[in-house]
Amino acid sequence: MSKLKPPITKLDHVRGNANAPVSLVEYGDFQCPNCGEAYPIVEEIVRELGHGLRFAYRHFPLSTAHPLALSAAIAAEAAGRQRKFWPMHHIIFENQQQLSAEALWAFAETIGLDMQQFEKDINDRELEDKVDADFESGVRSGVNGTPTFFINEIRYNGGYDRDSIMAALQKNTANHGSI
Amino acid sequence: MLPIGSAAPDFRLYSTPDQQHSLKDYSGKNLILAFYPADWSPVCGDQVSLYNEMLQLFRKENAAIVGISVDGRWCHQAYMQSRNLHFPLLADFEPKGAVAKAYGAYDEKEGLCERALYVLDAGGIVRWHYLSPPSVNPGADGILNALRKINAKK
Repeated sequence: MSKLKPPITKLDHVRGNANAPVSLVEYGDFQCPNCGEAYPIVEEIVRELGHGLRFAYRHFPLSTAHPLALSAAIAAEAAGRQRKFWPMHHIIFENQQQLSAEALWAFAETIGLDMQQFEKDINDRELEDKVDADFESGVRSGVNGTPTFFINEIRYNGGYDRDSIMAALQKNTANHGSI
Repeated sequence: MLPIGSAAPDFRLYSTPDQQHSLKDYSGKNLILAFYPADWSPVCGDQVSLYNEMLQLFRKENAAIVGISVDGRWCHQAYMQSRNLHFPLLADFEPKGAVAKAYGAYDEKEGLCERALYVLDAGGIVRWHYLSPPSVNPGADGILNALRKINAKK
């Protein structure tokens, strides 16, 4: 059984309720078509469960297959420095078909980033290190492709459709407290 | 598969039309052997892409990796170029599957390598192995754990 290592930390990008009975962690790649397909489903689940869920996103760029995945991850981290990780995450997935180096600049502008600061941050080696650390944690947790989800720190091996993920989350919510 | 603690059998195989690799080329380094059924098949694709992203992590653990299948050297060359792979894929082509057989990683019925992983230490001793179902990408957490254990004992 593959376990999330490390569990959600302060360095993670997290939405929802920190004390929620169930957590969902996604390892994703901004240029991966399967992640693009999973995106609206995950968003629906996050909205639906609201305070009943803690959701975190970690980077798992497969750069050889997806040459823009690393740049996109760094751009999202740079946006995160301006407290806009999630708007960047959304705009990239919502416009995945148009993803390009230029598009990342346009997205940054659209979500209202301070562009000078953004330019400085995307060249900061620390952000690439953070993406690399996410990747390494993914490998150690048993991620072998994207998207991979963890529910309450255990790798979820089911389908990416809404009903399957929701059922697994609800099952884990029901178990909470009895463990 | 070969038992843990046994000496890994030597091999000499082509990776490209004019380049050969043998076990001895890697002495002094930990070596990961990734037997896999075939170039171009979707799960393998994910598996080799994953390892390709991990070369730096492997280097940190003083390890090199080679992939081994029964595909020919020209097939490997085309596949490596198409996937932009930076580690060698070896052709266990003639006699077909001989190295895989020596490592107990050959599927006689299909005539293909099994999806099997070995981690050898710097002295060529088998320290870890794993046999995965053919259609399942075995990932790399087991490899990294094995390498960490080897390096911790030094």
